[in-house]
Amino acid sequence: MGGPRVVRRGQLRPRERTPNIMLKKIQKSVTQSQVWKSIFRVGIPTDNRKRALAMLGNVVLHLHPIKVKKSGLRMSYTWCMGGTAFFLFLVETITGLLLMFYYRPTVEYAYFDMVDLREAAAFGIMRELHRWGAHLMVIAVWLHMFRVFMTGSYKPPREFNWNVGVVLLVLTLLLSFTGYLLPWDQLAIWAITVGSNMARATPFVGTEGPGSALLQLGGTKLIHVGSDARFALIAGRTIGGGTLIRFYVLHCVGIPFVAAFLIAVHFWRVRKDGGISGPV
Amino acid sequence: MDAIKDLINYLSYPKWSFTLSLVVFFVLLWSKRLWTRSGGLIMFVVSVLAFCLSLLDPNFRSVVAKPDNVPIVMMVFLVGYFLWLALYKAHRNDELIERGEPTFEKSEVEDKIFTWPDLVFIEFICMILLMIGLVIWSIVLQAPLEEPANPSVAPNPSKAPWYFLGLQEMLVYFDPWMAGVVLPGLIIVGLMAIPYIDTNPKGNGYYTFKERKTEISLFLFGFLVLWCQMIVIGTFLRGPNWNFFGPFEFWDTEKIEPLVNVDLSEIIWIKVLGVGLPSHWFFREIFGIVLLSLYLLVLPVVLSKTRGFKRYYGKMGPSRFYIGVSLFLVMMLLPIKMYFRWALNLKYFIHIQEFFFNV
Repeated sequence: MGGPRVVRRGQLRPRERTPNIMLKKIQKSVTQSQVWKSIFRVGIPTDNRKRALAMLGNVVLHLHPIKVKKSGLRMSYTWCMGGTAFFLFLVETITGLLLMFYYRPTVEYAYFDMVDLREAAAFGIMRELHRWGAHLMVIAVWLHMFRVFMTGSYKPPREFNWNVGVVLLVLTLLLSFTGYLLPWDQLAIWAITVGSNMARATPFVGTEGPGSALLQLGGTKLIHVGSDARFALIAGRTIGGGTLIRFYVLHCVGIPFVAAFLIAVHFWRVRKDGGISGPV
Repeated sequence: MDAIKDLINYLSYPKWSFTLSLVVFFVLLWSKRLWTRSGGLIMFVVSVLAFCLSLLDPNFRSVVAKPDNVPIVMMVFLVGYFLWLALYKAHRNDELIERGEPTFEKSEVEDKIFTWPDLVFIEFICMILLMIGLVIWSIVLQAPLEEPANPSVAPNPSKAPWYFLGLQEMLVYFDPWMAGVVLPGLIIVGLMAIPYIDTNPKGNGYYTFKERKTEISLFLFGFLVLWCQMIVIGTFLRGPNWNFFGPFEFWDTEKIEPLVNVDLSEIIWIKVLGVGLPSHWFFREIFGIVLLSLYLLVLPVVLSKTRGFKRYYGKMGPSRFYIGVSLFLVMMLLPIKMYFRWALNLKYFIHIQEFFFNV
């Protein structure tokens, strides 16, 4: 009818929209700056070509394919447990690195460095994050295996990747086990004592294992307390400084290195075996 | 209230709780009603209520609230939830298959979606939520730190890390070389063998129960009844001297359990035949050796010719069948030994202390 525009209740007045426009302007000037463009080649994807390029151009994102099956995207299908386990592996790596700045793996210092971590270190929850994250990672890996079994995703062509996964499960438990000793408190050494006593009973290579008495040369026993599997594991006849440094190196360098390599293999094979599993 | 607690304490003794869990396991697995939304809700409410009510008990609380035990409580609920989710989806798919319609996954598998933004944002949000949860958990609950290590004072009970407590619980029934080395080794080997033993082409990439009844029942039996349940027993119900304590029982260090376990050789040579033990180990243990060889070597061959298993033999071929059956029989050694222990106080089938070979 051409009369004056009536602003209805609840509708925004033109002036009230300005913050939004301001934000847009700031966003525009940031994302079109030379610095931003030099880092993010594609920008925020607005069409399918850019969505594909965003995945290809980023070293982290290119672990993913450009497109995924809708069935495999559902969290009720994947439970997000593989990703959770990997994310927790990263959390453990970062918090572990920070803890290494404070922690000295010797009998004299280990326990008191723990006390300091609790009482004197900045952001004093790193040890908590590391410990609870580790427990959660064990659970996440089990649940991931549970899901993969329930969807039959170990079936051809994914048999080998299931095996890599089983090895990663064992490595997760070993990572957690070696880390358990490091606080050097009563809980730590006695849990490791109970655990490592099992090695004494390894068939043939443990002193109390079946068949170990057979391994002797001219009446000299080859397998004794100072040479059996348990000795190799804990670097001594009892848990001590040698065990601590051995577990520390395995925990911080040895096992993470192997695990990281196998995680790469695991992800690579997920892609090569046809992505997240789905009905054929 | 105390009467109920006493009853639960009594029923949670392994011989009753294990039998009960076997029955519950098979009823749960074969019932359809529970794996619906309402069934899941009922199970969730009942278990949370039971847990919260139990928390009122100081003995229960003192064990469950130990900082390192909190993740295990979490694990129990998570495993329960995901078991429901898996079987809920499986049964829904089974209904679709029965009607000749494509499964839920099948109807979506052709639909390809760009990773950016859908998958990337799901992952991003998951990461943030997980991190927030982890930070809150870390602020609320301090990581345990006990007294400095002292090799001369052993705490009672001394427990392995929680994820190995299923194995430590097996030490009640088996010697360390079995419970700590051979059986864990075979768990790993058995898991790795699964894709090569299972020749069923169905159920690849979607949830189903009907098309994979045997595989799923066997796996869940191992994972839930043997692995998870043994961890729960080892963590929450084993106190000083590795004695058994009900969930509402006080961890009394003075509790004495009579140890009157006897070997199979003693039962047969002394109790049944009444002639005393032969001196040479081979004759002394002959019954156990024969029994175990029959179980592990002859039974698979017999099974390959019996009716129910014949069709598996035909489908799988000899090598897959024998490896699979052997792994299964070794797994079943654990419950079998448990029942022999509870029924006859059996210590070992074969007890050759001369070579540390005790089974």
